[in-house]
Formats: sequence, C-alpha cells, structure tokens
Amino acid sequence: MADTIFDKSRPTRRATAQRVDDDTVEGLLPRNQLRGSPPLLPEVSELQAVRHFTNLARKNFSIDTHFYPLGSCTMKYNPRGVHRAAMQDGFLKRHPLTPESHSQGVLGCLYELQEILQNVTGTSQVCLAPMAGAQGELTGALMIKAYHADHNDDQRDEIIVPTAAHGTNPATASMAGLIAKEVEVDSYGDVDLDSLKRVVGPKTAGVMLTNPSTCAVFERHIQAISDIVHDAGGLLYYDGANLNAILGRARPGDMQFDVLHLNLHKTFATPHGGGGPGAGPVGANERLAPYLPTPMVTKSEQGYQWLNQTERPKSIGRLSAFMGNVGILLRAYAYSLMLGGNGLCRVSEYATLNANYLMKRLSDAGFHPAYPDRKATHEFAISLRREAKETGVTAMDFAKRLLDYGFHAPTTYFPLLIPECFLIEPTETETKEELDAFTDAMIAILKEAQQEPEFVKQAPHQQSIGRLDEVQAVRQLDVTAH
Amino acid sequence: MTDFPSELRYARTHEWVRVEGNRATVGISDYAQTQLGDVVYVELPEIGSQVEAQREVAVVESVKAASDIYAPVSGEIVASNEELDSAPETVNSDPYGIGWFFMIEMSDDSLPDELLSAETYEALCVEEGE
Amino acid sequence: MPFIPHTHADTQSMLTTLGIESINDLFDEIPTEIQCDGLPDLRDGISEMAMQRHMSEKAHIDETGICFLGAGCYDHYIPAAVWDLTSRGEFLTAYTPYQAEASQGTLQLVYEFQTMLASLTAMDVANASVYDGASALAEAILMAVRINRKSKSRRVMVPSTLHPTYLATVESIVSHQGISVELLPTEDGLTPMLKAKLDNAVAVVLQQPNFFGLLEDADTLTEHAHAAGALVIGVVNPMTLALLKPPGEWGDNGADIVCGDGQPLGIPMASGGPSFGFLCTRMAHVRQLPGRIAGRTQDKDGNDGFVLTLQAREQHIRRAKATSNICTNQGLLVTAATIYMTLLGRQGLKEVATACVRNTHELVDRLTTLPNIEKRFAGHYFHECVLDFPESTVELQQRMLKQGLLAGHPLTGMFEEGDRAMLVCATEARTAQDIERYVQALADG
Repeated sequence: MADTIFDKSRPTRRATAQRVDDDTVEGLLPRNQLRGSPPLLPEVSELQAVRHFTNLARKNFSIDTHFYPLGSCTMKYNPRGVHRAAMQDGFLKRHPLTPESHSQGVLGCLYELQEILQNVTGTSQVCLAPMAGAQGELTGALMIKAYHADHNDDQRDEIIVPTAAHGTNPATASMAGLIAKEVEVDSYGDVDLDSLKRVVGPKTAGVMLTNPSTCAVFERHIQAISDIVHDAGGLLYYDGANLNAILGRARPGDMQFDVLHLNLHKTFATPHGGGGPGAGPVGANERLAPYLPTPMVTKSEQGYQWLNQTERPKSIGRLSAFMGNVGILLRAYAYSLMLGGNGLCRVSEYATLNANYLMKRLSDAGFHPAYPDRKATHEFAISLRREAKETGVTAMDFAKRLLDYGFHAPTTYFPLLIPECFLIEPTETETKEELDAFTDAMIAILKEAQQEPEFVKQAPHQQSIGRLDEVQAVRQLDVTAH
Repeated sequence: MTDFPSELRYARTHEWVRVEGNRATVGISDYAQTQLGDVVYVELPEIGSQVEAQREVAVVESVKAASDIYAPVSGEIVASNEELDSAPETVNSDPYGIGWFFMIEMSDDSLPDELLSAETYEALCVEEGE
Repeated sequence: MPFIPHTHADTQSMLTTLGIESINDLFDEIPTEIQCDGLPDLRDGISEMAMQRHMSEKAHIDETGICFLGAGCYDHYIPAAVWDLTSRGEFLTAYTPYQAEASQGTLQLVYEFQTMLASLTAMDVANASVYDGASALAEAILMAVRINRKSKSRRVMVPSTLHPTYLATVESIVSHQGISVELLPTEDGLTPMLKAKLDNAVAVVLQQPNFFGLLEDADTLTEHAHAAGALVIGVVNPMTLALLKPPGEWGDNGADIVCGDGQPLGIPMASGGPSFGFLCTRMAHVRQLPGRIAGRTQDKDGNDGFVLTLQAREQHIRRAKATSNICTNQGLLVTAATIYMTLLGRQGLKEVATACVRNTHELVDRLTTLPNIEKRFAGHYFHECVLDFPESTVELQQRMLKQGLLAGHPLTGMFEEGDRAMLVCATEARTAQDIERYVQALADG
C-alpha cells in the first residue's frame, strides 16, 4: 500500500529543520492580499520525512543500483567526484546576477567548456544556455529560421525529418512554426536518398538528423544527404542524442552539419535525476554562429565576460531567466577534464565494443537484430516480433519481466518502425560480466515465454508493485492527493 | 471475430459512415478499435464547424497512441457524441453503436468514391494485419 | 581509462567472440573522408584529485559575501536533509519513469509534488515541472492560446512590471507561432487597470509580487481580464504563497494558468540553474498542460501505484501535434523541492515568508533613514524593494563588494533618469547583524 506523505501528516506536527521566529506581517502587507486558509503542505517530523523519502528512493531502479540499458539515453556511470565538484559552496551560493568581476571562476569554467565542445563537435562556436536536448533542438530550428529570414528567403517553412526520428524532432518543428516533412528510411536503416530528393526543394528550411541514427546504425549516406540539402539551399541540423558513439571518431562539423545540440546528460555523464535536469548546448559553424542564443561567454584582456543581445544582435534571443543549467554544465566540464581528449575517445570505443558484443551474444542466442547486416553503434535494436507471434509475449512483457531479473528494461517500441522493438544501449561503463548476465536473463525469459507465456505476461512479480493499470490512470484521472 | 457490417461504408483510414438522408454518422471500425486498444479519450469537433472530406477533424487516444480521425464526407458537424467524454470505453465495446463519434450534414448528396464497401475494407484489414 | 572497467583479457575475449582483430574494425561503416583521428587538441585526462583541486580553486574565486540580491533568484536556507536525500543514487541516477514498476519512488514523489503545488496555488492540477520560470511562462502562453480558441485573437498582454528576462524568453519562444506579445503600461511600479487595453486579448499575464517586489491588484486585474474574454496567467513566487492570496482565488474565478520558478523551494542559487519551472491549471484544461503528469492508479491486485498519465499529449506519441516538444522535467530539483516543502510544512514555509517580509522591510526602513536614499515606489512590497541611491548603483555595488556585501540588482537602463535605482532583497537567511553591516557600509561611504 502506497501511503503518501499526506497520510502521515498530523495537525501541528512539524519538522524543525528550518525554524525562524514566528512573527506577524500585520501592518506590512494589506489584509486583502493575504491568504485565507493555509496551503495543505504535510505536517510531519524530520525523521518521518527522511524515512518517507528514503523508502521512496528504494523503490527506484537507477544506474547506481541496476544495469540500465535504455537505448538512446546513454545511462552510463555518473561519477560521484564530478557531482561533488559542482556541489561546492562557491558554486552553489553564487547568485546569477553577480557582476562579472566576481564571477571569473564560473565564467572561466563555462568558457573552457564552450571550447571543449567546439572541439569535440567540430563547430566554430558553442552556446551553453539551452536547458535540455529538446530546447537545444528548438534553438537549432529557430536559428535555421533566422538565417533564412536574414537572407530574405522567406518561403522556407519545411523541416525534413526521417520517419524513424525521435518525437521531439517533429514536435520541435511545430513549436518553431515550421512544418515537419518525413523522409523514408531504407531496409538498412539509412535515409532513402530518392525519397529525400522528392521532398527537398525551395521550401526546405533544413533537415534534422541523428547520426548514428535512431535506428542505431551509422548513417552511411551522410555526405550525399548533406550535398542534396545544401544544394537545395537548406541547412543541416544534428541531433546529438547519439554522440557517445562517435566521440573522437567523426565530428558532426566534419559531416557538414551547420548546427547541432549535445545532450550533456547523455554523452557527458551528468546525472539524469529521474528525468532531468539536462543540458543541451548548441554549436554552429561560421554561417550560423551569429544566430546562437544568449548569453554566451567570451574572454578578453579584462577577463571573462557575458555576451548578450547588444553584443550579438542577430541572436535568436534568450531561452531562460538566467544562464540555463549552470550546475549541469559544471559537471560536464569536470567530467571532460577527468577524461581528457584521450579518455573521450575511449568512451566511443568501449561503448561500441559493448554494444556489438551484446548484439552478437543475443543474436547467437536466437534473438533477431533489426538490421542484421549492420554493425551496432553504441546501441542496437532487436525485434521481438517473431517471439511475440509464437508465444504471445510482447516486447513490453519482456521488459517487465527483465525487472524481476534485476535489469532495467531497454527502450521499448522505439523506433516506431521496428515492430516489437528493444533499443539496447549498454554504455562503456558496464562490465563484460554484466552483459553476459543480461544475455542469460533474456534467454531465460524466452524459455519462460515458450513454456509459461501467461506468467511472463503478468510480470513483474517481484517489484514493490504489480503491473499497473494505465488505462484506469487516464479514465479516472487522479493527479493530486487532496 | 472482427465485425464488418455490410450496410456501412468505410474509409481507408478506418472510419465507418452510416448515411440516413443527408446525414452521415461517423465512428471508427471494430478493426480500428482492436488495433488501438483501450480508448481513453476522444477529442470531438465543435458543432457547427465546417469539415472537408479526408481532413482531420477528431482525435482518438489510447494510452500509448493518438490517432487522427478524418472526415469521410464534407459538410457541417451537426452532432457529436458527448457521452464519450465520460465513457470512452464504448468505442471499444460498441464501435458501430453507442460508440459513434459525430454526425455530418453532407454538403453533397453522393458519397465520395474513395469510401469502400464492407467487403473491400475487410480485405484491406486482412492485408494490413499480415 | 576513467570509468571503463574492461581488462585486457575482457577486451580480447569480446573481440574473439566478435571475430575481429581490433575495436577499430567496428567503425568501418563510417566513410573514411569524415573520420577524424582522435581529439588531439584536447588535453589528456587528469585524476579525480587533480580535478577537485582545479574545481575548488574556481569555486573559491567566486565567493562574494552576504547576499541582498534577489530579482528572481533567492538566498534561502536549505535544510541539510534536502540535498542529502536528493543526492541518493536512486534519485540522482534514475531516468524518466517510463517503466512505472521500476520507478515508483520518482512517480509517487512527483504525485506528492503536484499535490503541494496545486495546493499552494489553489489550482486543480500541476505538472511534473518544466525547465525554469521563464520557459514555464512561455509554455503557459502557448497553452492559453490553445485553450482559448474562442478568442481567435493571438494578442497576449504582458505587464511592463514582469521580470525582464522572462519577457525576453517569452518573446524568443512564442513569436514563432504567430503570437504577439504586447506590453501593458505601468504607473508607480504597478499595472493600472486599463480595460480598453484588454479588448481582444487571448490572455493577460500578471506577476505577483511583480519584478519590483510590489503587490499588484490581482483581484481587479483578473476580473477585468475575464470580463474581456481573456485568460489570466499568474506568475508567482511559490514561497510567497504561504502568506499571499493564491492565484486560484484571484477575483471571482481565479487565474486560469499559474506558473513560476521553484528555486525558492530548496534549490541552491547555483548561478541561476538548474532550477525548475512549475505549471498549474484547472482540471478542464489538463489536456492542454504540457510536460509530464504523474497519476495514481492500481495494479492487478488492487494496490495503489503511480504512472505517467495523459501521455498522448506528449511528443513521443503526438509528435508534430504535441502540446510541446519538452521531454524532461527538472526531476532532481522537483525531488529537492518536495522534500523541502515537506520539511518546512505549512508552518515552516509561513515562517520563512514572514521573515522575508520583515527582514526586507527592516532593511528598507533602515536604509531610507540615511540621507538621499528613498523608496522609488509607494506601493506595498513583499521581500524586494526598489531604492533610489544618490550615486550610480553599478559603482555602489562594486564598492559594497569590497566590503563583502552583494548589495542588490542595479536597474541600469530601466528608468529614464539614469542608473541610480537598485532592487534589494533580504530573505530569512539575513540576520539583524547582516542588515546592520549593510547600513554601516553605506553610512561609512
């Protein structure tokens, strides 16, 4: 039974962690502006609060507790040292509007991170402000739009995305006031060039691509795609979701991408935090750099300085009240210092080795890679369509049963065009033993599916809660406790 | 067994149409509701709005999917099934009856050629299922 | 190799399984023309100890002293348990709770968070948070336009007393959907009731307390906006709602959408981020609310549990027609805020709010007894106030920094008559001695 914190609340009980003198605002604030009844915040002791949230924490799977091969999410180890480095008073107690003269420490870190990311991506300027990958995408789309507007090229209102693209790509296009046009993906997972030629034209603002693609293979036609889109006057946007696969091997800038975002919570190991915060810095080549958002950081004889709209008149503007998720940027900076150029190259090597090894083990065990002729990148997709047809046990059932074996499930049902899909990303920080154990679990579940399909369909069996009724959750909406 | 009532006409996008006079009642087929799974919400068009054949006019949601519903015929929306707000599950339990979506007063007397007979539509579904 | 566990034997055994000689063979699908040869321009990696030393040096440079600066980010005390618990690996290193059965901790916590925010704002429902207060306002405006389809208008009226970077953020985001943002006039730091201005507006934004710390007449403005057929979007500081009338009770029917920044609820200032934005609304509009929402449901045995609900609004299902492109919430900060609100409870948060009001009034009363320092506006203020000084406040701020005081936010360029205004703030974390130091530093000139 899930008791909420409100069930534990008793009138007048309180924690005393934060206690200041109880006083009155009588005479300081007008009565008609005051609240009639108090907000229904819980009334519990400090121990009750600590115990409640500790026990909640224990109901979560996490990287620290379980193998978490969630495809496209790069659930690698989040170094504790990096977390501690960012949680120092000097950083935490710094007010965002502190004058530059007293911000040289943090500005220096941000400036160096801009340079590191430029180097890693092969771009000429980087802005760190976007607060998540999706906001980075929006930034890129707005920059492409601003570039065309600046060149009086006003009819370009279409953004091309592959059918296999992540849902944020078309959603971003809409937010930017652009129309998403889909391009087909061929049976090898590459963009279909004929399909691309058909949709490209004078209305094309640009194309959004992930490489390695969302099908978990390297987009081999990237040079041809770049030529086709650029020749038509469009621009290339790189979605950095899968950058972990190619660190130090290939740079988006060298692939002729004009603008891109990175997901620091993936590639640079900043904690996912149960769904955020992330950080989605955006990099651009010379052509698009003037449109990057504000603020950015520069260095002059006077030290490090902010660059705002006055200094960057073509900028698409501001995306947050202050400077985005600085705390996350500091973690990414500390991580990149620890790894260095040599360490970052190792990341892509071992992420790729782990993914290919696990794909081979699963394939040898009788599972079906979605693209059997292709190498895995840092991740790979398998299709459980045959297993589902034979046993009635779906990818979702496999996912739920994996929890009982002590593994977080891979990403399920994405990309959408692969039926009964598992997208599996082991990351470079997992041991061979862990990959072998995961393979053994998959083999065991397949056996269960053949012998006792109903048992697997009812999974999970050993979690704090059984399979939850998501239909009831929508039909009988219950989103607050009061 | 999936049901394909022979008195109805069907769109390739899985809507059914029942014509009485110049009024067309529209819902989604039994096949479509099976594919969708448990329906949790239907976003219906406003009464009085003008709709064009093959344009999106409504949305049907299951937990994991949202599908556009296209107007099979052109005209004006004269009724929509407000019961679906509180009982979306009727789309699953009675897709051709109380699970209807909306009614269009047709601007044209004849039905568009694109609409299929039950037989042709059933063949399409069988093909899609393979 | 930091964090990579492979022994030489592991690597060899894995290569053997794959039937290849070297890891390089795994990259042969990348066309050679676009391959690069490592990252030679970056320095080599360093040890954790060396990294810590470097980061400590950087952190130390920025220590500024006693903070009287607010303007959207506030120096509150955060009880130890908040970040002790938030930093547990199960909160810190989990991801989006898509596998509900493996994420009950995060999901229940979000549900409790939604309950607390809905209660603070007196609204029906809250989402699981968005990036920050400014982007929350942009989302609120997009949401209002979707809800108020009747209006046909795409004019959104925004007070000139709104936080300036919130306004800038809104302009960067909403203008691309054909929405025009128009400023309401200001009078003595407040937004006067100009009915004519509200005609044909789809929504009206109201910040309470406003950027200058003043209390707007939210009741009347809400009434006028509703009478004109516009929705009301409240932008609030959640801490102040322990005392102030919640937006759900403004006027006769309350605000329609409420947003703001959650930083005052247990989030360190940390250069302004990460923080989180919150977004609350009426149940009737819940399907237009962007971002994640946790809901309570049951498992097959009838046990209560939690899932992400109403997911069909979101980008991973609705794609181009989603309510927003947002994927993440600011989960970790929501965790901290939920624990903070629990530890403070209804009494503790009221005490903090009261102390903020009293300390700022004390500071302002003391400072305005000094020669040539005056309040710029006459209205009631909460825990921030604009003061006019007899000198450039940018220079004043530098002078005060030398004495270990972060004196406030110079409002350079905001008012016609120059650069002498400054927004000051004294939270519950400021003591009588801190305030005395401020006064003395000024008196000693």
